[in-house]
Amino acid sequence: MSNVEFIAPTSPEQAAKALLAGGPGARPLGGGTDLLVQLRSGRLPAGLIVDLKRIPEAIGIRQDGGAFVIGASTPGITLSEHKALGLAWPGVVEATNLIGSTQVQGRASMAGNLCNASPAADSVPALVAARATCLIVGPDGRRTATVESIAVAPGKTSLAPGEFVLEIRLPARPGRSGDAYLRSIPRTEMDIAVVGAGVNLTLDAAGVITEAHVALGAVGPTVILATAAAAALVGTKADEAALANLDAAARAACNPISDKRGTAEFRTKIAGVLARRAATIAYGRAEKR
Amino acid sequence: MSKRQHISATVNGDPVEFLAEPGATLLDALRDDLGLTGSKEGCGSGDCGACSVILDGRLVCSCLVLAVEAEGRRVETIEGMAEGSKLHPLQQKFLEHAALQCGFCTPGLLVSAKALLDANPDPTETEARYWLAGNLCRCTGYDKIIRAVMDAAAELRQEKV
Amino acid sequence: MSDVLERRDAAPLDDGHLKVVGTRPVRPDGADKVTGKAMYGADLAMPGMVVGKILRSPHAHARIVSIDTRKARALPGVKAIVTAADFPDLASEEFEAGESAGNLRDLSQNVMARHVVLYDGHAVAAVAATSSSIADEALALIVVDYEVLPHVTEVEAAMSPDAPVLHAHMFTQGLAVTPDKPSNIAKRNELTRGDLAAAFAEADVTVEGRYTTAAVHQGYIEPHACVASYAADGQCQVWSSSQGQFMIRTYCAKVLNLESSNIRVTPAEIGGGFGGKTTVYLEPVALALSRQCGHPVKMVMTRDEVFRASGPTSAGVMTVKLGAKADGTITAADVVLKFQAGAFEGSPVGAGSMTALACYDIPNFSIVGYDVVTNTPKVAAYRAPGAPISAFAVETAMDELAAKLGMDPLALREKNAVRDGMKASYGPVFKNIGYVETLEAIRSHPHYTAPLGPNQGRGLAVGFWFNIGGESTAAVNINEDGTAVVISGNPDIGGSRASMAMMAAEVLGLPVEKVRPIVADTASIGFSMLTGGSRTTFATGMAVTQASQKIVEDLKRRAAMLMDVSVDQVDWVDGVAVCRDASKGKADLSLAHIAEKSGQTGGPIGAQVSLNAQGAGPGFGVHLCDVEVDPETGHVTVLRYTAAQDVGKAIHPAYVEGQIQGGVAQGVGWALNEEYIFDRTGHMENAGFLDYRVPVASDLPMIDSILVEVANPRHPFGAKGVGEVPIVPPLAAVGNAVSAAIGKRLTDLPMAPPKIRAAIDAG
Repeated sequence: MSNVEFIAPTSPEQAAKALLAGGPGARPLGGGTDLLVQLRSGRLPAGLIVDLKRIPEAIGIRQDGGAFVIGASTPGITLSEHKALGLAWPGVVEATNLIGSTQVQGRASMAGNLCNASPAADSVPALVAARATCLIVGPDGRRTATVESIAVAPGKTSLAPGEFVLEIRLPARPGRSGDAYLRSIPRTEMDIAVVGAGVNLTLDAAGVITEAHVALGAVGPTVILATAAAAALVGTKADEAALANLDAAARAACNPISDKRGTAEFRTKIAGVLARRAATIAYGRAEKR
Repeated sequence: MSKRQHISATVNGDPVEFLAEPGATLLDALRDDLGLTGSKEGCGSGDCGACSVILDGRLVCSCLVLAVEAEGRRVETIEGMAEGSKLHPLQQKFLEHAALQCGFCTPGLLVSAKALLDANPDPTETEARYWLAGNLCRCTGYDKIIRAVMDAAAELRQEKV
Repeated sequence: MSDVLERRDAAPLDDGHLKVVGTRPVRPDGADKVTGKAMYGADLAMPGMVVGKILRSPHAHARIVSIDTRKARALPGVKAIVTAADFPDLASEEFEAGESAGNLRDLSQNVMARHVVLYDGHAVAAVAATSSSIADEALALIVVDYEVLPHVTEVEAAMSPDAPVLHAHMFTQGLAVTPDKPSNIAKRNELTRGDLAAAFAEADVTVEGRYTTAAVHQGYIEPHACVASYAADGQCQVWSSSQGQFMIRTYCAKVLNLESSNIRVTPAEIGGGFGGKTTVYLEPVALALSRQCGHPVKMVMTRDEVFRASGPTSAGVMTVKLGAKADGTITAADVVLKFQAGAFEGSPVGAGSMTALACYDIPNFSIVGYDVVTNTPKVAAYRAPGAPISAFAVETAMDELAAKLGMDPLALREKNAVRDGMKASYGPVFKNIGYVETLEAIRSHPHYTAPLGPNQGRGLAVGFWFNIGGESTAAVNINEDGTAVVISGNPDIGGSRASMAMMAAEVLGLPVEKVRPIVADTASIGFSMLTGGSRTTFATGMAVTQASQKIVEDLKRRAAMLMDVSVDQVDWVDGVAVCRDASKGKADLSLAHIAEKSGQTGGPIGAQVSLNAQGAGPGFGVHLCDVEVDPETGHVTVLRYTAAQDVGKAIHPAYVEGQIQGGVAQGVGWALNEEYIFDRTGHMENAGFLDYRVPVASDLPMIDSILVEVANPRHPFGAKGVGEVPIVPPLAAVGNAVSAAIGKRLTDLPMAPPKIRAAIDAG
């Protein structure tokens, strides 16, 4: 990391300009928990680090109507301390809080987790299931994009040169909605997800699921929005038959690899298990809300 | 090589200044520039917690913070935990419970445990174990560490009453 | 917490009224360690110090065609560059150094590759520069031309006749006929007793299985680190974190062809070792760099380097066949052990063979071991080297045998347990062992009969380790105010300073806080073998005790002078000289008083003892583990763990419990998640704590440790080594529990979730 340059701009526009000028080696710094490790290991070439944490909009959580707007560099621990966010989106908060240790939570951000473009990123399936969007700032101004459009391949994003995510927006949601995220790791903590599953449900007054979103992590090159799996839930009360259909549809959506963290076969099976379990939790939450 | 930047920060309540290479970590600065070698480097990737410090009130791995990011920030390290020669109750309980063997992970564990008790004065054993999961200890099997933390928590709650 | 269950024969100095030994004082080095003041290997800075770094092979096996250092040398700030050409080309020579025997040529070539690299991470060159970043740049400027060779990382693949051969000079030793072709099998060893074929023919029940364990790392949190300084007159100073300053001195002298008198090694605090710091990696390189540039050179490994180039212990492939009578009497055992040695010979298969059946009285057995080189890092000692690997195989087979016999696994162990007077499978006759008592401690523990829920299983396993004694020196000096200093030559890896001070305090009759222990450099205390083999409290403790006893004799002599009575009139009672004949009206003399008057009685008071301690008592552990397996995800939760161990006498019970708890935690990691993973090119894929998964706090329950005290009368207070036994049983205790929970026999470590789910699905 000897040839790194560092700047800490105070406006999004300055940051975008610096990122563009810095060329392919320029990187935005959110929490740094991925970036610093990658720079140090040599996986990323040394270049310009643009710290986003001095940009006011990049830090903190705002409520906008029923929506929540979360600054790109807001550390995970801030999410866990936000009562209203935790009530509205417990699955998103849980997923974010699963990233690394308490120490990592003091730094790591959802936007960083998203833009690192790992298929195993814990917060991303929950964000995708939540139908979250991001506000992207670039040299040509601002644009909005869905969360699932950001990562295009492991380690690769759709962001243009100079662009970075400034905010993540969780939409306003009706009552009787609930979400959940579960992952499988060998230990109880400190691991990268071998499989992750996020489920987001809305029920009608009778408890019938009217809207469902299921997203699966670490079972493909990017997080998978499993629409058939979600469809298996809509119109049901997440009963056993629906869950069995969900399990099968989730497995059918998987396209994993075998690597040091798990076999493709294992990942596929567990995706079904976790989708089922997460759906049950999300359903219980939706009923209570 | 990139030019060093001049950094002013507060460490354990004292103003400090140092020059940092943009790629250097806060841990490098603490250990090599400020002589605070109590924070240890066990992995350099945020996986062991031996370098734990508190940055603006947040528990972090100082190996995952750039030194230049510390500009204007407050840093608390193991060296600031005791008041003079009076040990913090956590430090005292670690000694009484024999919660260290080689002692290398101990500074990081103590800083993490302090952050835990600051945030949650009455943790359950499970909460303590999960909070401290980012601090690897290879000697103790964690048993006596957890006992020491729980005992210190009880004592600190007593002090507050 | 612990219960003290047994008290059999007392040790010479244990009169049942010990005041210090057996208590739990705060350790004397504790305050420095909880405040961050303690100085570990990487914490020292010297005036003029430069930074040393190593260039490592990216290939698992390659010939070094050339190394071009010219560009690196030209970089401003680069002070020195060394390659194998800067080290003497040592001939093959075997050496013995306690637990770390080996070959000097191999040691040297592991420190710096010569002509060929044998594993991913093998050192090929080193630089010293004025900053860490310049050193990094310099490494990137060194051009190494490699001719990549075929490689082999798996132990059985390496044994195959068509495997790529690592060493053309290696011909398998221990065969009846000397082979004419080189092989990766360095050695075959064999232990036999009785008539195996006949015994199996007569057995009512037999079980047979194949078991595997993965290579695992010691996982100390402190990376290897040192500072070395070579002066113009050839005198060297080394500050380093290791398990033995004298070991470092010896190895540096050998690798660099220096005289021991010219090397002074100061032990830094050591941040964990577990056997992995019983050899050298950095120190000779740092000295070679310092010799070239004249600056002190600091070298600190990264975690990646620790995984790729230090440790680990062997992967193992084992077969076990057991034969028993219907009543559970084991009549025959056939054990084959294939251990991975890494790039150079010297796996712990010898110890693995000797310990494999050490808990059992079996009349007929054969144990055959193979030491096999592979293109992986050279293995280093890891806590009871070899024993956990063979115990995993034997204890899993024992569990299968118990199931087949319909017998309680503990009863099967009791039925076949070794006892005093029996000849051990590895040769000697057992004396003063506490194995049966340790089995009883588990049988009578509430854990043994506690109910289990669905998807839960309980596993039992036992383990053995020899423990060693060996050469140690200790000095005790009495200060002028009557306090004492204890000086020893063994790095304090887990609280040994406390136990040294306690034993001295007990003998001297002082409160323990009036005895301050230090670990001295190689010029300040006599030779001591390294801290390893569970020897320090036993052997160095014996030296400390004897030195303290010498001082007590001297104090009595001096008190007699001051009292003007004959020395046989003086008793030493709780730190006070007392005249036996009360009628003489002599006032008692405190140690402080005698110390104050030492000028009148012959000068300073001190004693040093050097000895070669014999009679270390072997240790036995019996472990019980409950797990719950999530049948859908294959995830294992360790619910409860109880470990009983014969410790002889716990000098500081809290640190003995700590040894047991720590050993269990490492064993649980070995059983469930830890492993070296190599890709097809022989590159280690998980060289970091993210994917090399050691247990974290939330992975474990409290670990109940039961200290069984069957005294070792060869130690003044009855102590036996305690540090290694606790890692021997957990692999099988956990494995047997997992197998019980899922109703399927698992035989391969680590038992990670994908493996467990696959076993469940196999129907």
